Amino acid sequence: MAHAQGQQHPIGIYLKIWGLLFILSTASYLVDYFHFQGYLRWFLIVLFMLLKAGLIVSFFMHMIWERLALMYAILVPPLLLVVLLGIGVLEGNYTFFTRGAFFGPGPTVPAEHR
Amino acid sequence: MTQPVMTSTAESLPLPGGLQGIVADWSSDQRAFKNVPWGKAMMWIFLLSDTFIFSCFLISYMTVRISTTVPWPNPSEVFGLTLFGKEIPLLLIAIMTFVLISSSGTMAMAVKFGYEKNKKMTFILLLITAALGATFVGMQAFEWTKLIVHEGVRPWGNPMGAAQFGSSFFMITGFHGTHVSIGVIFLLIMAAKVWRGDLDHERPGFLTGRKGNYEIIETMGLYWHFVDLVWVFIFAFFYLW
Repeated sequence: MAHAQGQQHPIGIYLKIWGLLFILSTASYLVDYFHFQGYLRWFLIVLFMLLKAGLIVSFFMHMIWERLALMYAILVPPLLLVVLLGIGVLEGNYTFFTRGAFFGPGPTVPAEHR
Repeated sequence: MTQPVMTSTAESLPLPGGLQGIVADWSSDQRAFKNVPWGKAMMWIFLLSDTFIFSCFLISYMTVRISTTVPWPNPSEVFGLTLFGKEIPLLLIAIMTFVLISSSGTMAMAVKFGYEKNKKMTFILLLITAALGATFVGMQAFEWTKLIVHEGVRPWGNPMGAAQFGSSFFMITGFHGTHVSIGVIFLLIMAAKVWRGDLDHERPGFLTGRKGNYEIIETMGLYWHFVDLVWVFIFAFFYLW
């Protein structure tokens, strides 16, 4: 029995997390159902998403019971993605701008003066 | 803060915790990830690389959605279902979300019973997890059929708006569905191993030849929870945004 003792936790923890995930999923579904728009919608979606992701990683994947060396090795590298995200936003906005400038309805010059 | 030693593979001395623990673990000129079987550490590293793959997909999706000058189709309407003559937005997607979360719950419990060497419960819970996963894939097939056949969505265009909608959708959900399908296959293999008692009797696996033990259920569980985790992000960014 000394071998393979691993991560052992009471079953109640899993059931509680399961319940919380159901509640959070219902909440994020209701955001759509009640047609929340704009910043409130985006804030709520991201909030519920991060809470769900945190619960899954922490408890279902046992991350909060692991040693910090493993936790940091896995959770820190994805932060680099924020850089890619930033580049994506810049690039996307620039492409949108050039599409508007070159393929859009064009300048507001009356047709007879062109 | 010191943590108790959980496996026999670690030293009997208490390990330092916190930041001191990180330095000690990485500088000790031996295995850095203590208290975890190496298979589990490697699964975590694989999942880290998979995180980058899915993030690249989602960030590309963000970029094309920002840059398109054509209006984006409203996912709430596209994925709505008409039930009893009433239009319910995103109903199928919501059910799929609950199915996948439930499968994560049963998987977590399978891991727990596995460590208790409760063969019967582990087997049953693994089978339920696989069944829920297969249900998810089935519903996804239904969704794809509805979109391709009835709504005319193609990777290069669709009648509702921006052409990039189709390409992003098929790429992201297709890759995720593939992960779920592979997971279901491995869950069934794992269930068979548990049922035959391969893990109790430490029989070598047919592929790796390593001795069977219940730690592999947890490693399998990590993969399955990751699939659920990715769905959380797809649900938020693709369906709800």
